Amino acid sequence: MSANMVAMAYLAAAVLFILALKGLSSPVSARRGNLFGMLGMALAVGVTLSLGGSHNYLWIFLAVLIGGGTGTLIARGIPMTHMPQLVAAMHSLVGLAAVMIAASALYNPQAYGIAAADGSLHMASRIELFLGTFIGAITFTASIVAFAKLQGLVSGRPLVFTGQHLVNLLLGIIMIGSGVVFCMTGEWTPFLIMTGIALVLGVLLIVPIGGADMPVVVSMLNSYSGWAAAGIGFTLSNNMLIVSGALVGSSGAILSYIMCRAMNRSLFNVLMGGFGAVAGSSSGEAREERPYHSGAAEDAAFMLQNAESVIIIPGYGLAVARAQHALKEVADVLTESGVKVRFAIHPVAGRMPGHMNVLLAEADVPYDAVQEMDEINPEFAETDVALVIGANDVTNPSAKTDPTSSIYGMPILDVDKAKHVIFIKRSMAAGYAGLDNDLFYMDKTMMLFSDAKKACEDMLHSLK
Amino acid sequence: MNPELANAAVQSSAHGATVDPFVFGFTVFVLAVFIGYQVVWNVTPALHTPLMSVTNAISGIIVVGAILAAAPAEMNLGSILGLVAVALVSVNIFGGFLVTQRMLAMFRKRK
Repeated sequence: MSANMVAMAYLAAAVLFILALKGLSSPVSARRGNLFGMLGMALAVGVTLSLGGSHNYLWIFLAVLIGGGTGTLIARGIPMTHMPQLVAAMHSLVGLAAVMIAASALYNPQAYGIAAADGSLHMASRIELFLGTFIGAITFTASIVAFAKLQGLVSGRPLVFTGQHLVNLLLGIIMIGSGVVFCMTGEWTPFLIMTGIALVLGVLLIVPIGGADMPVVVSMLNSYSGWAAAGIGFTLSNNMLIVSGALVGSSGAILSYIMCRAMNRSLFNVLMGGFGAVAGSSSGEAREERPYHSGAAEDAAFMLQNAESVIIIPGYGLAVARAQHALKEVADVLTESGVKVRFAIHPVAGRMPGHMNVLLAEADVPYDAVQEMDEINPEFAETDVALVIGANDVTNPSAKTDPTSSIYGMPILDVDKAKHVIFIKRSMAAGYAGLDNDLFYMDKTMMLFSDAKKACEDMLHSLK
Repeated sequence: MNPELANAAVQSSAHGATVDPFVFGFTVFVLAVFIGYQVVWNVTPALHTPLMSVTNAISGIIVVGAILAAAPAEMNLGSILGLVAVALVSVNIFGGFLVTQRMLAMFRKRK
């Protein structure tokens, strides 16, 4: 195959990847888009294998078999609630692989055709290796910490100590210093020091970030894994790798931005960490006992049955309680008896962007019954009953009314505008931000104290 | 071909000088970031999780670098690192695309 043919095939693969992302603009075209992505990957790998000069087809085939087999098993078996952990774990693999590829390029530059006449590396290649390696190394360990926090292997609480940012800054300076020495000399010692420090930094950067902020971290690491891929692309002067890396990198960056905006916090604020460790101090005034109404599942079922329109606001607590299937049945029974039922999703519902949509889709809720915050907010005023289940802070009106609240300014679902509110909750305990929710004490609100799954099953029993 | 690239090519040939490969790569990179920005903002928020898993699979494209690293006949540290990287990234590619497919198959319209 001529070099031009190879370049054209790589271009086709890059275009297929763009089409894969473009397909995700609607659930209808998304499946075809995913097929385009697979085709692009198969094309890129096939062309690379056909390049000639490869003497280890058997070993490469075995490596693909082992890795691909593992990936297939994981993809088949993973519960949908575990998607954030899975994505974090996969980011760590990309990060580690990027470091290994860079180390291999340093050990054996001839394999990439980037060696200078004397067999060493050009300055430009060294700079590219430096960038690709430290981004890959940070992605690797940071993703492992994110995985451990999401999986519950370590506490989700932010780990903060004095001088933390100073330590990180010093390590960062030493890392960049070693990187510069590596770029000047091309020696292994500064390369290894730089990689080692980057691995440590990956851990230190994530430990102060609380479990609730992991969606932002996972999106950001998604972005890093893309930049690392683009870095390898620069080393190989391979435009397809650069394009793919840039697509992934910008995708992760945009998702991080969207998540931060939905929490009304800056990316900087999230990354500096500590949120959740001090939360609640702003609502430090003595919390007086306020009266609220509570009712049983039969009362809730009665209200729902007599409503013309119902909006259900599910949160991650719904998935934790494994109540989505029971809730879906409640929605089905109501729809059959002529009630207009819709689901409203806040951008930070769930543990990663769009997580709640997947969990509802898994429970066979049709996607056109699920609406995003901006679409559904104007509808609450016309709605008879809003049913909140497993969510809390994203419905808290103090985000709009109380400037002293730690979530002031965060966009919320306008549940308080609905004619009646049913709030399913285990007890009167506060949400993750440690805040009291004014919604509990409104005259139109009925609290239903129960486990989410049991509440749905009880309501279903009364409805039938 | 995009105007900048064409322009750069014309200028370099006119002056008899060559443009550094890095500059070509960087041009492609910047344009691709813009494409990514446009395409990703068009992704419906309901599909943000599949977006993350599919971009995860796509970042497995570094398998191209891993295959080149694993290619040399002589088995040494370089090619062994390459082979391990091929295995690691294969987890991403297969896992990422298949889990995306599994999720997307769940999204159904109202009957």
